[in-house]
Amino acid sequence: MIEASTLRKAFGAVTAVRDVSLRAQDGRITGLLGPNGAGKSTTLRILYTVLRPDGGDATIDGISVLRDPLEARKHIGVLPHGTGIYPNLTARENVLYFGALHGLSRKDSAARAAELIGLLEMEEFADRVAKGFSQGQRVKTALARAIVHRPRNVLLDEPTNGLDVMAVRTLRRLLKRLRDEGHCLLFSSHVMQEVGALCDEVVVIAHGTVVANGTPDDIRSRTGKSNLEDAFVRLIGTGEGLG
Amino acid sequence: MIRAILTVFVKEFRENLRDRRTLFSALLLGPLLGPVLFYAALSLNIEQTTAKSDRPIEVAVSHGERAPNMLAFLHQYGVDVKPVDLDDSGARAAIRDHQQSLVLVIADSFGTHLALGDPAPLQLYADSSDASNTRGLSRVRLLLEQYGSLIARLRITARGIDPSVLTPIVVQDVDVSTPASRSVVLLGTLSYLILLTMLMGGMYLAIDTTAGERERGSLEALLTVPVKRQQLIYGKILATCAYMAISLTLTVIAFSIALPHAGLEHFGMSVNFGPLAVMRLILYCLPLVPLGAALMTIVAAFTRSYREAQTYLAVVLLVPTLPLVFAGMLGLRPTARLMMVPSLSQHFLITSLLRDEPIPAAFSALSVVTTLAVGAVLMSIAGRLYDREALLG
Repeated sequence: MIEASTLRKAFGAVTAVRDVSLRAQDGRITGLLGPNGAGKSTTLRILYTVLRPDGGDATIDGISVLRDPLEARKHIGVLPHGTGIYPNLTARENVLYFGALHGLSRKDSAARAAELIGLLEMEEFADRVAKGFSQGQRVKTALARAIVHRPRNVLLDEPTNGLDVMAVRTLRRLLKRLRDEGHCLLFSSHVMQEVGALCDEVVVIAHGTVVANGTPDDIRSRTGKSNLEDAFVRLIGTGEGLG
Repeated sequence: MIRAILTVFVKEFRENLRDRRTLFSALLLGPLLGPVLFYAALSLNIEQTTAKSDRPIEVAVSHGERAPNMLAFLHQYGVDVKPVDLDDSGARAAIRDHQQSLVLVIADSFGTHLALGDPAPLQLYADSSDASNTRGLSRVRLLLEQYGSLIARLRITARGIDPSVLTPIVVQDVDVSTPASRSVVLLGTLSYLILLTMLMGGMYLAIDTTAGERERGSLEALLTVPVKRQQLIYGKILATCAYMAISLTLTVIAFSIALPHAGLEHFGMSVNFGPLAVMRLILYCLPLVPLGAALMTIVAAFTRSYREAQTYLAVVLLVPTLPLVFAGMLGLRPTARLMMVPSLSQHFLITSLLRDEPIPAAFSALSVVTTLAVGAVLMSIAGRLYDREALLG
């Protein structure tokens, strides 16, 4: 479970996150929805302990990211924006490296990597050097890397960016499977359909502030719009999406 | 903790082994380029220094007032006479401390002996093991002998005999040697190239593991693993160290193979470069590896991109090599204080090893200890800087 309360973060004069409180529960997929520059990535980066908030705090399974980031990291798997895998390592080596950094034994790591390669249908490219991977192959590799240590919580920053339909479907299937296993999933997106198709809970962010949260149905009914996209535009105000 | 550092080390080492650019610069370019550059420096140096061979020779003369005519003679043949006041032990000390390269002491009895027609005593002090002196020494000795024979001729003429009976043969010496300071410059170039290629061997790794990792976007994921950031950077620096050490070893071996064919003996230099010297040379340079790796990593970690890192590191490469340039220009010699300067001390160790001039063991120890200490400080700075949030850019 991930809980954030009144997070605030500024970079110089620019306040990226003004006031964000949210809760992502186990066994649920929570979507962080907002236009570009709304503070989604900054919020996620605070939650996965890469940035320290200027104000507020967040906990991962009850562990404060401020006070004990090292311990909190053991409970999260992260798929950062742009995946970022090592081009001169094979997909399998990318996964094994993170297994080792998470303290898994060599044997454990290898078994888990093999398992994930099967699960994510990566057999075909698992032992190829990642340099020439397609976006879909890269995301799969990064995802396998993110969950190699079986984290209870998984955070994904715009995971479907640049994926083709088939890759999106594989990803959705996997996220749902993780949810059904009782994991807590939190992912950010600016794509309405994505959130509507996948999320149990939605947190809408604009200008670094949470403007709405609830199930997709809640939000539709609250804004009086039957279409989630219209509801979204209504919530953040017109024109914002262009900024 | 050790495990995490080793995990990072092994991964960086292996990944860069597959990177053609890193391999090229670390394992091929340096070891090949070093000897080539050295040849270039060699031929350039010869051209430059032949012009200097007519420079006046300087001789420190004690009690010059006892032989004014002789000094006038020396002066006429291009010797710069510098009056000093030194006795026997003073003259020895002045030579040993490299304050003077030639000292001529004119004895008290010089004038009286000369007047009586007895052999008049002169003491000429010089260090014959110092290669930079040989030209001046032989020239001054020759001039003194010429002066002596001039007096002999005058005496013989005064007795009504043709002085040419004294010269049954005539030898004409044509001095075309270049100043032996060249050997110092050449060996300086050699140690400069060794240290430079050693640093270059780690340069791409220092960039790739920091600025490169950030640019590829993998840094963000890496920072979410439950490992302290210091440990991550130590593992990366360790990998950089490994490549530097490999590059150093290959370069030194390449020089040891190439130098005997460089024809150095034609220039009055003999270079001691056997297998034992190769090993000692590598050992002398190894303490500089962590220092260089930490320094390059610190700089690369705070640039915004791979290319920016390359630009800055090209400048940083010059920093550890600057003391060498000064040493060359100022003609510095090893002292306890200078042996505390990293890279300069390695330079002294390398040149003294190659010239086969033993250097005190305390000096080598001083070099190792201070260099490692500075390296440790830089490592901890790198660790601390890596902990900053700004790292993500």
